[in-house]
Amino acid sequence: MSKVLVVLESGGASLTRASFEALTAAHMLGAHVTAVVLGADTAAPATAAAFCKVERVVRLEHSLLATYSADGWIAALEPLIRTEAPSFVLFPHSYQTRDFAPALAVRFGQMLVSDVVTIAEGPVFTRPVQDGRLMARCRMTGAEPGFISVQAGAFAAAVPGDVAAPITALVPELAASAIRTTASQPFRAKSVEVDLASATRIVSVGRGIQGQENLPLIEALVQALHAELAASRPVCDAGWVSADRQVGSSGQTVAPRLYLAVGISGATQHLQGMRGASCIVAINRDASAPIFEVADYGIVGDLFEVVPAITQALRSA
Amino acid sequence: MKIVVAIRQVPEREARLRVNAAGNAIEEEGLQFATNEPDAYALEHALALRAAEGGEVIALSVGPERTANALRDALARGADRAIHVLAGELDALGVARVLAAIVRQENADLLLAGLQSEDMGYGQTPVLAAGLLGVPHTTLALEITPAEHGLRVFRELEDGWRQSVDLPLPAVVAVQAGGLALSYATLMGIKRARTKELRTLAVEDLGLALEPALIVESLAPPARTKSTEMLQGEPEQVAAALIRKLRDEAHVL
Repeated sequence: MSKVLVVLESGGASLTRASFEALTAAHMLGAHVTAVVLGADTAAPATAAAFCKVERVVRLEHSLLATYSADGWIAALEPLIRTEAPSFVLFPHSYQTRDFAPALAVRFGQMLVSDVVTIAEGPVFTRPVQDGRLMARCRMTGAEPGFISVQAGAFAAAVPGDVAAPITALVPELAASAIRTTASQPFRAKSVEVDLASATRIVSVGRGIQGQENLPLIEALVQALHAELAASRPVCDAGWVSADRQVGSSGQTVAPRLYLAVGISGATQHLQGMRGASCIVAINRDASAPIFEVADYGIVGDLFEVVPAITQALRSA
Repeated sequence: MKIVVAIRQVPEREARLRVNAAGNAIEEEGLQFATNEPDAYALEHALALRAAEGGEVIALSVGPERTANALRDALARGADRAIHVLAGELDALGVARVLAAIVRQENADLLLAGLQSEDMGYGQTPVLAAGLLGVPHTTLALEITPAEHGLRVFRELEDGWRQSVDLPLPAVVAVQAGGLALSYATLMGIKRARTKELRTLAVEDLGLALEPALIVESLAPPARTKSTEMLQGEPEQVAAALIRKLRDEAHVL
């Protein structure tokens, strides 16, 4: 059976949720799973991983890994991968993975099979293309190891058991000069003034609105529904709606009782921020828009006709 | 500063997509194409850096003949010259090998590219190129400014966090959409673009033999995870039906 190395990510003292999901995916690729954690102090995340039915946990620990850098992560992981010679190296498809994993893969003559949502016999990997409007089934052609990242939310999180796997601590050979970038500590973009996370009803607007001048149409619906206004990334990038109302993996994650998506196609990064809503309504003129995949109720039509009709009906209800 | 900007042409966002007869690619017949938006932002950053530091901006695209249109647009928006490497469908590693070869040939200080393409969405081509070139890189750039020993990049992290990263040149920076305002080609720009150099060459001219690392076997619409109830009719009927359902079925009104 195949040997799988799964590179986990810690947020603070514990593992990220996406890391537990990557552990689940790792078991689908092979029976011999080794989890890897990196940092200056990895005791807590290593222990968390050890209970997730892995064969072994490797701690790559070094003072130069106290903060993330692509150079540091690659320098620490490359020798381990060469020694372990796994068939697959797996990652959660996080911003951090996207920053270093491709440059690591290329050292093995590979690319990263990124954003994978299902793994089937073969292995055949399914990943979204065309902004989520189509799914591609793909296969690697190269020699081992294969490098794969799995989309957040696509696999169930591994549930820790009672048995702990052995933990090995390794000190990677790292020189300060090998880390060519200097990163600041992360900081908040700005104070988030609008707390969409606690909103019970959200009307969210996408590119379909075509311009800021058309926003009053949406605002009228927001008022009639006693909802909060939100928007997709392109609308915030364009400055039509303020950035602190952006929903998605780069904005806020929301879970209202009602989420009304107007003129939003449903790019993966947006869906990740609103999947948790109890009831999702999608209004879009494109019947193949991926937003309909997650919607409870869908209306294919012109938002400039449908939205005023809903507002009117609410007012007279 | 000599900057190469990688630009990909992708199906227009509003375009109706059809899968080809072989079932493994998009049918291009009758399809409209546009510049990948994150790459348009990468060009904008390049133009801003040139304005601050002087130097040259070279637009580079890897793709079939139609791709030349994206390069003409880049020239009209202000790129100094363009290089078109003619190629069929390549995976991210194939494109990255071409980008790296051109960056070496041009001895460029900086390679800029969008973080992700709107078509295949591999989200890694610039990072692969950095690996091939052996130069430092960073990703998710919202602002790029000249710094004492290279560049300072203000980058996006998850959940509304930010970070600044300093890196020496030569380097590769993958650009996130939205960091600055996009400019569009002016009439004057389009006129001037006609006099600018657009060099076309083949992958073979670079001495590269590219083998795919990843093969797409099939393309299909995603399986529905929920059973979506589609409401049909005139706007007034649809609105009334929706409110009834939200009140009586979903109990959210």
